[in-house]
Amino acid sequence: MEKELSSATQFGKVCEILDRYDRDPAKLIPILQAVQEEYRYLPEEILTLVATSLNLPPAKVYGVATFYSHFTLTPKGKHIIRLCDGTACHVKGSTALLDAIRKRLGLTGKQQSTPDLLFTVETVSCLGACGLAPAVVIDDKVHGQVTPEKAVALVEELINAEA
Amino acid sequence: MDEKKYLTIDGRQIAIEGERNVLEVARKAGIEIPTFCYHSDLSVYGACRLCLVDIAGRGGVASCSTAPEPGMVVKTSTKQIRAMRKIAVELLLAAHDQSCTTCYKSTSCKLLDLANKLGVTKVRFKPGFERMPLDNSNPSLQRDNNKCILCGDCVRMCQEVQGIGVLDFAGRGSHSRVVPAFGKDLKNVECIYCGQCARICPTGAIIPKNEVSKAWELLDNPEYKTVATIAPAVRVGFGEAFGMPVGTDVTGKITAALKQLGFVAVFDTTFAADLTVVEEAEEFLRRVTAGGTLPQFTSCCPAWVKYAEQFYPELLPNLSSCRSPQAMFGAMAKEMLPKLFDVPREKVKIVSIMPCTAKKFEAQRPEFSRDGDRETEVVLTTQELIQMIKGAGIDFNAIEPEAMDLPLGFKTGAGVIFGVTGGVSEAALRYAYKKLTGKNLANVEFKEVRGDDGYRRAEITIGDNKVRVVVVHSLSNAHKICEEVKAGKADVDLIEVMACPGGCVGGAGQPVYVGMETRKQRAAGLYRVDRNMQLHSSEDNPYVKEAYQNILGTPNSHKAHELLHTHYQSRKRIQDEDVLVSGSDEAQEKLPVTICVGTSCFKRGSQQLLQELTDFLKENNLQDQVAIKATFCHERCDRGPTANVDGTIMEKCSFEALRAEVVKRLRSAVAK
Repeated sequence: MEKELSSATQFGKVCEILDRYDRDPAKLIPILQAVQEEYRYLPEEILTLVATSLNLPPAKVYGVATFYSHFTLTPKGKHIIRLCDGTACHVKGSTALLDAIRKRLGLTGKQQSTPDLLFTVETVSCLGACGLAPAVVIDDKVHGQVTPEKAVALVEELINAEA
Repeated sequence: MDEKKYLTIDGRQIAIEGERNVLEVARKAGIEIPTFCYHSDLSVYGACRLCLVDIAGRGGVASCSTAPEPGMVVKTSTKQIRAMRKIAVELLLAAHDQSCTTCYKSTSCKLLDLANKLGVTKVRFKPGFERMPLDNSNPSLQRDNNKCILCGDCVRMCQEVQGIGVLDFAGRGSHSRVVPAFGKDLKNVECIYCGQCARICPTGAIIPKNEVSKAWELLDNPEYKTVATIAPAVRVGFGEAFGMPVGTDVTGKITAALKQLGFVAVFDTTFAADLTVVEEAEEFLRRVTAGGTLPQFTSCCPAWVKYAEQFYPELLPNLSSCRSPQAMFGAMAKEMLPKLFDVPREKVKIVSIMPCTAKKFEAQRPEFSRDGDRETEVVLTTQELIQMIKGAGIDFNAIEPEAMDLPLGFKTGAGVIFGVTGGVSEAALRYAYKKLTGKNLANVEFKEVRGDDGYRRAEITIGDNKVRVVVVHSLSNAHKICEEVKAGKADVDLIEVMACPGGCVGGAGQPVYVGMETRKQRAAGLYRVDRNMQLHSSEDNPYVKEAYQNILGTPNSHKAHELLHTHYQSRKRIQDEDVLVSGSDEAQEKLPVTICVGTSCFKRGSQQLLQELTDFLKENNLQDQVAIKATFCHERCDRGPTANVDGTIMEKCSFEALRAEVVKRLRSAVAK
């Protein structure tokens, strides 16, 4: 099976991205955002290529990539579940939501992604949707006033669609 | 117009004379303000908060990042300021592995020193750091993140002075740490082992690798004839550790101490520096007359050599093929001493005392070993020898100076000045003058190439010839001249590069120093040694002449090449895995094809090559038979783009050539 993440066209993508941003080191952050959009994470090899193409030390690029929580250096799942744990959502019971989702997906300890790389569960500080608390974003779609049951049902839906 | 402006510090009127910040004004007036992250030769960072002062109307501000203004009223030691500094140190200590009794840096640790000065007797905060593993991966430096206080001195040293940027901050908040790219060990990144990060580190987070025990092992073994050799710069840095004025020449005392430690003979790497002058100047003259590759770069600095191998592989033909004096010494000593001592070659062990951490790396390069027997067995830094001498209970101040042994202990002043920026050029010019004009120099001092500027140009007239020389130190300046050479705009014949600021006198193996004054005084010390010598030109060294008569023949002869010259290789900057582009590599029978997409090959069209091959395989339904990988370096950057088809490396590879090779291999696989 040809891996989707590493086809030649995908490798060409990083070059396209670099050209799109004129290989300008000042545009490192938008470049990394575009790379992550394309590859779903920031592969080490791609970061090295980005660094050398922009004439930046790889350590600097690594520094930027590890500073922002938006960036990830490990592969993320196909479906990304972002759970708001800001003040309003926290008060409205986001912890119970997180527990329910993680339990349904069998995530333990510091594990954020399922081994089959179908799901990644993260918490974020505030989605700016406090009126909908507790809020969950699944694959960029915002769900408001989510209960643990509703959250598990949303996850089940995705699992069934993947099966 | 030129009216002086003043500010008030601790009740004293002090003139502002172009200082960048309040801290410099205070220090000029002899008021010491503590700092970790401030260094006059680096950019202002303002992270450590130790330099807080009270400015009337503003309260506590960092003096390093506050510009001096006329009329400012500054207090440097109020009750509040003292309390804030103390808390800052306590917080740093809470996040620091306080293993001071066993720490190599404890006698020169700024953190320990400040904790003592500020009266920190107890750390009230809970230790708050995740223990990180030690980076012991490379021969030159040891990194211990548990002792890092995040001042960023090493980060700025490597980026601003050396122009490389091996280290940077990663993570955020309490998870911040200073690491090489991807958290890798130094061995697997572009570090050139100059050790300037270790020199500037206020704690023991980065230190030169310590090999004192290895040296003792050699001395303790009665089967070995263990000899020592000392580099030029060592003699003017050593005395500092024993309270002598900076720049004092203690060659004789070091010799006596080394004999007391048990070395059977003590020699001078300066002898090999004299050989280097002859070989390198002859190589240069030959390139000029025979139309060889010019400009010629010097090659005695091992950190610069590794830098060139990694960043400028296309300029490697411009590097002199001469070994460094250390490597020349190793080869000559291994050639001469077995006969002298009447023992087999492998029983002669050489301990080299260097101001340098990169020399440890150089000594273990495979080119400098024969049948697994290293020419230079152990490299000790100046600091390590000081430790050894102190540990052996030798009273260095009282010891009577002794003379070095012959023949390898004899030198001229030309070899001695190798330890300071401009010295190699000056030594070569002295040689070239006599060679080209047949006359002795009336004044041997070429002041044009001396100085402390990081990038200096000089044009020297020798008889009818003009030699254009560029002298650089600090690799950010090397980067500058390399770019000029590449662009064909350098306008130069001979380029001397030293990686460390000031040359070897400012090396990371020397006693820890801050600021530029120390290294300037060490440099002045070396020039004094040169003046006091009888001979100032390398070709006048009678033992160098003897070496040519008995062993080497003529300069640049076949034998000289065998013993005194070397070769270079392109080096990969970041060690990593290859990226699978198409076709999984699980199936063994697939033809492996790797295409380099590193910077150099990328510029020469490797991405196009990759795309064309992938398309070709798809069109011909062959993608299941070939596993294409992208790699970041085949280490042949000057001959890119490169591809590797099942072990065969193809240079300057065109798609047609690659396709032909792949098809040929697939056919022969089918035939089998």
